[in-house]
Amino acid sequence: MREALAGIRRSLRLPSFLHRGGGDQRTARLGPRARKTATRVVFLAPALVLVIFLVVYPVLQTVYLSFVTPQGTATLGNYERVITDPTTLNPAGLPWPPPLGTLLHNALWIAIHLPISLFFGLWLALILREVKGSSIVKSAIFLGMVTPMIVGGVMLRFLFEQGPGVVPAFFDAAGIPSLARSWLLYRETALLGLIFGSVWLWTGFSLIVYSAGLTTIPKDYFEAAKIDGTPPHRMFFRITFPLLRPMTLVIITMTLLWELKIFDIVYAAVDRSGGTRGSADVLSLQMYRYFVTGATNPVYYGLAAVVATLLTLLTLVGTAWLFRRMVKRG
Amino acid sequence: MTKRRKIRMRTIVVHLLAWGVALIWMIPFLGIFSTATRPTSEVAFGWWQLNRYHPTLDNFISALTEPRFSISIGYVNSLIIAVPATLVPIFVASLAGYGFSRFSFPMRDYLFLSIVLLMSVPAQMVAIPVFQIMVNLDLVDNQLSLILLHTAWGLPWIILFMRNFFTALPLEVEEAARVDGASDLKIFFRIVLPMAIPAFASAGILQFMWVWNDFFFALILIYTTDKMPATLLVPKLAAGQQLTDWGLLSAGSILVLIVPLALYVLLQKYYIRGMIGWTIKG
Repeated sequence: MREALAGIRRSLRLPSFLHRGGGDQRTARLGPRARKTATRVVFLAPALVLVIFLVVYPVLQTVYLSFVTPQGTATLGNYERVITDPTTLNPAGLPWPPPLGTLLHNALWIAIHLPISLFFGLWLALILREVKGSSIVKSAIFLGMVTPMIVGGVMLRFLFEQGPGVVPAFFDAAGIPSLARSWLLYRETALLGLIFGSVWLWTGFSLIVYSAGLTTIPKDYFEAAKIDGTPPHRMFFRITFPLLRPMTLVIITMTLLWELKIFDIVYAAVDRSGGTRGSADVLSLQMYRYFVTGATNPVYYGLAAVVATLLTLLTLVGTAWLFRRMVKRG
Repeated sequence: MTKRRKIRMRTIVVHLLAWGVALIWMIPFLGIFSTATRPTSEVAFGWWQLNRYHPTLDNFISALTEPRFSISIGYVNSLIIAVPATLVPIFVASLAGYGFSRFSFPMRDYLFLSIVLLMSVPAQMVAIPVFQIMVNLDLVDNQLSLILLHTAWGLPWIILFMRNFFTALPLEVEEAARVDGASDLKIFFRIVLPMAIPAFASAGILQFMWVWNDFFFALILIYTTDKMPATLLVPKLAAGQQLTDWGLLSAGSILVLIVPLALYVLLQKYYIRGMIGWTIKG
């Protein structure tokens, strides 16, 4: 565990992060032991009480709820019911068009949105080094990150609506009538529209993180490589990309978490049922619907808890992956 | 000569690409701006049709005064929630972050790591029990419930952020004060807190934006329209009509969007620092 912490610290290039040891010498300078303990309690107690009361306990309670009936008897029935529900997994819809089930929709979101926004942000960060007024360009692209996601969803709906929207008008002019209609109303295009649209909202994140990362690479590296006559693509794969690894890991994890938790966008852009026949439905929306039904039928609290637990498990897999990669490097 | 020309070409292409992307990225914003500032009937065939453009603020006025879902009340509610839900967690997390950076106690690093790990818990994972807790406290449909929840929810990352900040602070001044007989609390309030103001700005702007932009927690805890934060009212502007009133919806969206946008533009330095510190801490 201690090595793990040190590994994380090193890979984050943080002399301070998860710093072990420093505090021990400082402690020696504190007063009598009793006073010391009292002070520590004052410093840590408020935060711990709040976190335990409103985060830790609810998390455990949700796990518990996912394994019991409303009467409190242990059961795996909730999991069985959620996983066999076509809302979660809909093999009949395969391969296309949606609904394929929320699990696959979120997976599709990750498969398409993650690589596009990651590499597009990287590419922009690289070319912006040579561009005049790059800070304005960066700000323009970063706007999506500042936008409340509920407004982002409204804007996506606007973007894809036939009549006022740019996208259908573009395809109309391009002579592709099948795409010249309101994307989000049709099963074939609703999910893809939202996924591509969310690239617009999220690319700013990878751009900003990569831009910050690029400034930490010493210029000499590139100059030395240039003098050696290294071709640009090799410079990228041998120097730039490997040195940006910590940023890449952070971007992948944060993006993954964002894609798994996606909620507001879909809620605003289609509706809370996930669009036409649930063709743009996602896990968090499914959880929310179960939660609402739970008020009248407590069985649904169990189902909502199952979806939330699955969501958290997937999230933890993502986070654990990041931590392991970072430790391995360190 | 040709090589120089090649470099010239490259510069031009790169500029065109970068600025082109920026322009494309702005299109949706231009779209809602164009739609919000004129009668809805004028945008039926696209907001980019500018041959008929009668600028008006009517959409903004109706969004602000519409009795069923007035964004102006939403503004007040958002502030009532976001201001304490920013200040309280920052204060509480500073205490804890300082504790984690300066004191040593059994299991400290495990405790710290556990708190940091909570950052990745999805909001959905706490929704049902939090709702039930608030029912028991009789706080459902009360903004206090949201303030409490956002305070607890923001703590893990602000603790991480503040701890990193405090650990990087030089110890000399604190030590000198300690030699003079100042207590831990006195040192914290008199010496450490004033030095931490830039960090508060970074953490505060991110936390404020997170709370202001939040939709899910508010959706779960607030049910009466005149207690709702502005974000909850946005989808209501679109509901209940056969045809979406894009003018009204765009105006409402702009009104909700403008606050985090203004904060970002005015305090960009702190925002980026908070963002980077929070993710990679370069």
